[in-house]
Amino acid sequence: MTDLIKLTAAEIAAKIASGEVTAVQVTEAHLARIEAVDEKVHAFLHVDREGALAQAREVDAKRERGEKLGPLAGVPLALKDIFTTKGIPTTVGSKILEGWIPPYDATLTRKLKEADVVILGKTNMDEFAMGSSTENSAYGPTGNPWDLTKIPGGSGGGSSAALASYEAPLAIGTDTGGSIRQPAAVTGTVGVKPTYGAVSRYGMVAFSSSLDQGGPCARTVLDAALLHEAIAGHDPLDSTSIDAPVPPVVEAARNGDVKGMRVGVVKQFRGEGYQAGVLQRFDESVELLKELGAEVVEVDCPSFDLALAAYYLIAPSECSSNLARFDAMRYGLRVGDDGTKSAEEVTALTREAGFGDEVKRRVILGTYALSSGYYDAYYGSAQKVRTLITRDFEKAFGEGGVDVLISPTTPTTAFPIGERADDPMAMYLADLCTIPTNLAGNAAMSLPCGLAPEDGMPVGLQIIAPAMADDRLYRVGAAVEAAFNARWGHPLLEEAPSL
Amino acid sequence: MTTIDLVSYEDALASYDPVMGLEVHVELGTRTKMFCGCSTELGAEPNSQTCPTCLGLPGSLPVVNAIGVESAVKIGLALHCEIAEWCRFARKNYFYPDMPKNFQTSQYDEPIAFNGYLDVQLEDGEIFRVEIERAHMEEDTGKSLHVGGATGRIHGASHSLLDYNRAGIPLIEIVTKPIEGAGERAPEVAKAYVAELRELIKALGVSEARMEQGQMRCDVNLSLRPNGTEKFGTRSETKNVNSLRSVERAARFEIQRHAAVLSSGGTIVQETRHFHEEDGSTTAGRIKDNAEDYRYFPEPDLVPVAPSREWVEELRKGLPELPRVRRNRLREEWGVSEHDMQSILNAGAVDLIVATIDAGADAASARKWWMGELARRANEAGTDLAALEITPEQVARVCALVAEGSLNDKLARQVIEGVLAGEGDPDAVVAGRGLAVVSDEGALGTAVDEAIAANAGIADKIRSGKVAAAGALVGAVMKATRGQADAARVRELILEKLGVEG
Repeated sequence: MTDLIKLTAAEIAAKIASGEVTAVQVTEAHLARIEAVDEKVHAFLHVDREGALAQAREVDAKRERGEKLGPLAGVPLALKDIFTTKGIPTTVGSKILEGWIPPYDATLTRKLKEADVVILGKTNMDEFAMGSSTENSAYGPTGNPWDLTKIPGGSGGGSSAALASYEAPLAIGTDTGGSIRQPAAVTGTVGVKPTYGAVSRYGMVAFSSSLDQGGPCARTVLDAALLHEAIAGHDPLDSTSIDAPVPPVVEAARNGDVKGMRVGVVKQFRGEGYQAGVLQRFDESVELLKELGAEVVEVDCPSFDLALAAYYLIAPSECSSNLARFDAMRYGLRVGDDGTKSAEEVTALTREAGFGDEVKRRVILGTYALSSGYYDAYYGSAQKVRTLITRDFEKAFGEGGVDVLISPTTPTTAFPIGERADDPMAMYLADLCTIPTNLAGNAAMSLPCGLAPEDGMPVGLQIIAPAMADDRLYRVGAAVEAAFNARWGHPLLEEAPSL
Repeated sequence: MTTIDLVSYEDALASYDPVMGLEVHVELGTRTKMFCGCSTELGAEPNSQTCPTCLGLPGSLPVVNAIGVESAVKIGLALHCEIAEWCRFARKNYFYPDMPKNFQTSQYDEPIAFNGYLDVQLEDGEIFRVEIERAHMEEDTGKSLHVGGATGRIHGASHSLLDYNRAGIPLIEIVTKPIEGAGERAPEVAKAYVAELRELIKALGVSEARMEQGQMRCDVNLSLRPNGTEKFGTRSETKNVNSLRSVERAARFEIQRHAAVLSSGGTIVQETRHFHEEDGSTTAGRIKDNAEDYRYFPEPDLVPVAPSREWVEELRKGLPELPRVRRNRLREEWGVSEHDMQSILNAGAVDLIVATIDAGADAASARKWWMGELARRANEAGTDLAALEITPEQVARVCALVAEGSLNDKLARQVIEGVLAGEGDPDAVVAGRGLAVVSDEGALGTAVDEAIAANAGIADKIRSGKVAAAGALVGAVMKATRGQADAARVRELILEKLGVEG
């Protein structure tokens, strides 16, 4: 039974479909694993034991009735606590939503249920997805299963840790500046930020609307593709959702190949601040791609140097407005409602008590950046940088003739919990390589490319594709994954210490 | 409330020149809200017409109501505006408990319609052109009900109740350019503009624009400058002036108040003002200095609105005749005075009369019944003409029955009474009540003979040339026929039988 937790999602689905195991057995195995290790890992904020088992029973019943099962039917999943789940708490890692039970399902939640995916529970995250370590969660940090004293990345550290600790074979993340990819990189898992608009944002609590994008997290490229296919697609409830067919990601993941592809190495993503072991593994990845038949060229994206600055104006600006609704009037925390205070005072006291430091920092920053007299200099300039970054990508993929770009996912491996907690700038640098993709709206993946020799922690390789060409990530990713697994003799995660 | 010694209106105008800006909010009559599928029906249980989006629940997203955009374009076109080829929504950020997201989804520097005008007709027939700055789309807020205070305002209240049914109802905000040169007629221009705009909105069919229900709300911005100067003075913003009469009164009051402050050496504070229906005064609201900062930025949850030129032209072709043009045309067709036309308009009878004429009645008869008997009955019942239980087709039928001589006016009034009482169509009432005019010449002749015989003295007077005395005999015949005779015909018969020329 313990073997069930080591299976990939594709394998689990096949075994359930063939009747080799039941969905209930699979779910129980994962619930038992959570029971056994989550006290240490703290990947979950809420485990929906009954709901998960009910979903699993439904899958088994469907199978018994001879109904056709979907490609992920009965596969357990860890859902980032940023997606609304009807009847199940949704906190976004914040005290301000403690106890809130949403009356509606996010479109993504609905799609998962329709695909008969078994939702185990909600995973920990940096409050409102603001952070790169999950230390900003109001409910305590999550440990990296490779080394519980280190961060699992963020903001989706709960989802990445759930995968790396075998608590779930699939997870959902959201990526505003790297919150899927950086956690994947530092936990030795796979994470994909789809093209902006590929996955509906309806029911995904907003941090920065123009950057936020939900996406799949898994232990293998194929599993990520299967999940990608299940959650992507046009949603009339999200105006920014893409009204076009989902790229053939599963087909690409089953046919990994880089022969004849032109792969661009982003010149800007190395140098000061990059850990030697990270660069070493990245360089090996470049060599591997060449061996696999890709042509590798260096690509200059000069505007990427401005990405972090632009991001830290746009994201806080949007969040200052998005988070205004948390005013104690309709839902969530309410502080100071003793009959003597005005609505305004209750709102102020609630926000003071309910938001953590990083959220307050960004709300203040964004409020300032949008102020009259500063708007043009800050928000306006940042939007111009965004255009320049988009042009750098267009140039690389256009006249540069590059099929995908690659870089390290994040400059360092997982750092110790507490190390950067009081140094926001150091924390922000973790997203240096991932942010340009959010600003431009195109797609990117992180997948494991080895362990850094100096600390034995996982290193992530980032693959970046043009918008709407998400399938390219999977085609390249699957080829790289297969080659590395062949070289290592097993998936990287098998080297992780057992919990 | 501090009392202000107002300057008389005449004195105010002798020294100062008023400049106005009018901001009108129109609630569109779309079936659903601007950014979600909730109903816009008025009068529902509080918070029964809400969903995650219009409650601003975490994770919810807006989707633009296409009919809302279409209505905005129609309004823009009718106001002779340019229609943006590409425009975005913007967030207007400020905190208020009845605003679910604590930002209003509105438009800022990219309104859907801009640079237009509306010609309004003043009471003496003069046309005054009001220039339009912009018309933009936005959403309404919820409603706060402040409980426990004396005034219904938040001051002194013990708590407040929030109703979000109105939150997200589509609004079009129409902003004029500064209205200059109206002089002493500024209040009249303000009223005429709002009246004309209301007619326009109704004619477009985009809203019922009922001011008393808050479907159309007006802010009157006003400043004075010394006569002969160019620079605008500091303005006050009188909010939510919600009837035509109030618009005129508010403008007038503010002119007098500003003049009083300015002529006594004081300065006008840039502030909002509350208008009071009881006495037509305004009182200070909140100070609006330029520090007020809504931190507008483009709404990232919505895609830009890009009305295609073909579509805009299609909508332009489909625009109805402008109310002022139509009114003037009808006035000429019906041959009535400006004053009478104004009365017809005020009574809400224009469309009813048009429909009655369309159903076959002549203009004079249609107007006579709607503005006479029916107006009286509506007045008695305290309802609008349109709310009476009689259709223009039924009124037209009454007109036809009178025209063919089957009914006289007195009988026609009884028929109308019957229709209003639910006795059916005019013909059914005529049959049911036995109201047809006695047109049988034989029966009528007998009745006339009897009347002459019974009133020999009067008959002699008539024979001797006192034709006016015939009225008494007509009355006798009418009495005998219980009013069902055609009085004119009776008179003819009497004179005929007595050998007198009528």
